[in-house]
Amino acid sequence: MIAVVDYATGNLRSVANALHRAGAEFTLTADPALLRAADRVILPGVGEASSAMAKLRERELDGVIPTLTCPVLGICIGMQLMCLTSEEGDARCMGIFPTHVRRLRGGASEEGPLKVPHVGWDTIEGLRTPLFDGLHEGSFVYYVHSFAAETCPATIATTRYGESFSAALGRRNFYGVQFHPEKSGATGAAIIRNFLNLHP
Amino acid sequence: MLAKRIIPCLDIRDGQTVKGIHFEELRRVGDPVELGAKYAAEGADELVYLDISATQEGRRTFTDLVTRIAARIDIPFTVGGGIASVDDAGRLLDAGADKVTVNSAAVRDPSLIDAIAAKYGSQFVVAAIDARTVDGRWVVTTHGGRRPTERELFTWAREAVDRGAGEILFTSMDHDGTKNGYPCETFARLAELPVPIIASGGAGTVDHIAEVLTAGRADAALAASIFHYNETPIPTLKQALRERGIPVRL
Repeated sequence: MIAVVDYATGNLRSVANALHRAGAEFTLTADPALLRAADRVILPGVGEASSAMAKLRERELDGVIPTLTCPVLGICIGMQLMCLTSEEGDARCMGIFPTHVRRLRGGASEEGPLKVPHVGWDTIEGLRTPLFDGLHEGSFVYYVHSFAAETCPATIATTRYGESFSAALGRRNFYGVQFHPEKSGATGAAIIRNFLNLHP
Repeated sequence: MLAKRIIPCLDIRDGQTVKGIHFEELRRVGDPVELGAKYAAEGADELVYLDISATQEGRRTFTDLVTRIAARIDIPFTVGGGIASVDDAGRLLDAGADKVTVNSAAVRDPSLIDAIAAKYGSQFVVAAIDARTVDGRWVVTTHGGRRPTERELFTWAREAVDRGAGEILFTSMDHDGTKNGYPCETFARLAELPVPIIASGGAGTVDHIAEVLTAGRADAALAASIFHYNETPIPTLKQALRERGIPVRL
């Protein structure tokens, strides 16, 4: 069973639609027992990090998620909540990935002024782990974000926007992506398929 | 490297795709979901669906359509047309839209931008601005370009960003439907704003689009008829842009 964590951070529909397109059955839930019984868990999220973290805490999921043993995928804010801290709302997060989430600096670059949020299709490099099986360096994925995780030993893909940040993180059974695979066309669909096919 | 985005725009009336020439003389060009899926498969970076239905019935049809689009399309899509309240925006978010555009209603009541951004985030709100030049000054218009307002383009665009708009979609009503190209100097000035600028209205050739993405410094180009009538298919356009050194997703 695939569990999509429903912790009232807004729109789960795009993730649900992507799973439908992948032909996967799933349950939307915040029930710790169901999460522990699941063989895949997806932690989506939109909105603001500290309030999203508070919603996880209210449901006591901040203690449950780090102890899961099946493959877990955090998307966007979901991934950020799996880091140590986030500058957004000064949030202390779950600490699964040994890195911090910082505001993108924007400002100037050799390509011209960088705008924040970072919106649109950008490339991922330094791809590691089976999450990216079959994908080539420089594949394009879709981003919408103002905060990003610093690179660290758990970084399994990077994107450069002024400076490099963690496009994806991986540690043991835990994965996270800053971009939106559910909105990233064929590349995103391949990443979701790879996640669903991971061996625990 | 962040790619410049190519965005086909589909005008929808009563659930069908139409394209206006100067927003008039509407012609049907196909089923919205099928057309969107075709564009996505061809390499469109995003889609915009604008509801130009005049009736409540038409609007309900549009919400159902958004649900069908979200189920089928695996790239971001923006919806707009007649959004006048936070509830309108929320209804479209629930149906699966990634962003909404606000236009006339925000000109009437700018706090609509603050309210939608506060509830759903700036990334969800695109300020669509239509303007035409009157005595050398860019005057914001509403109602498909028919009504001039007191507002001036650059001042209004700045205010929209300050209120929380995450992107600006600017259409020159002087150029829309003419296929004579975009007003690049105007776009370059808008590009000083700290949010992405989407250029709309006037694309006739690859060169026009290349110009607005380089000299005009736009982050994205939106067009309709060159795609709907297959004059410049998206793969041809993107290949040509890449050959000109413009970063695009191929």
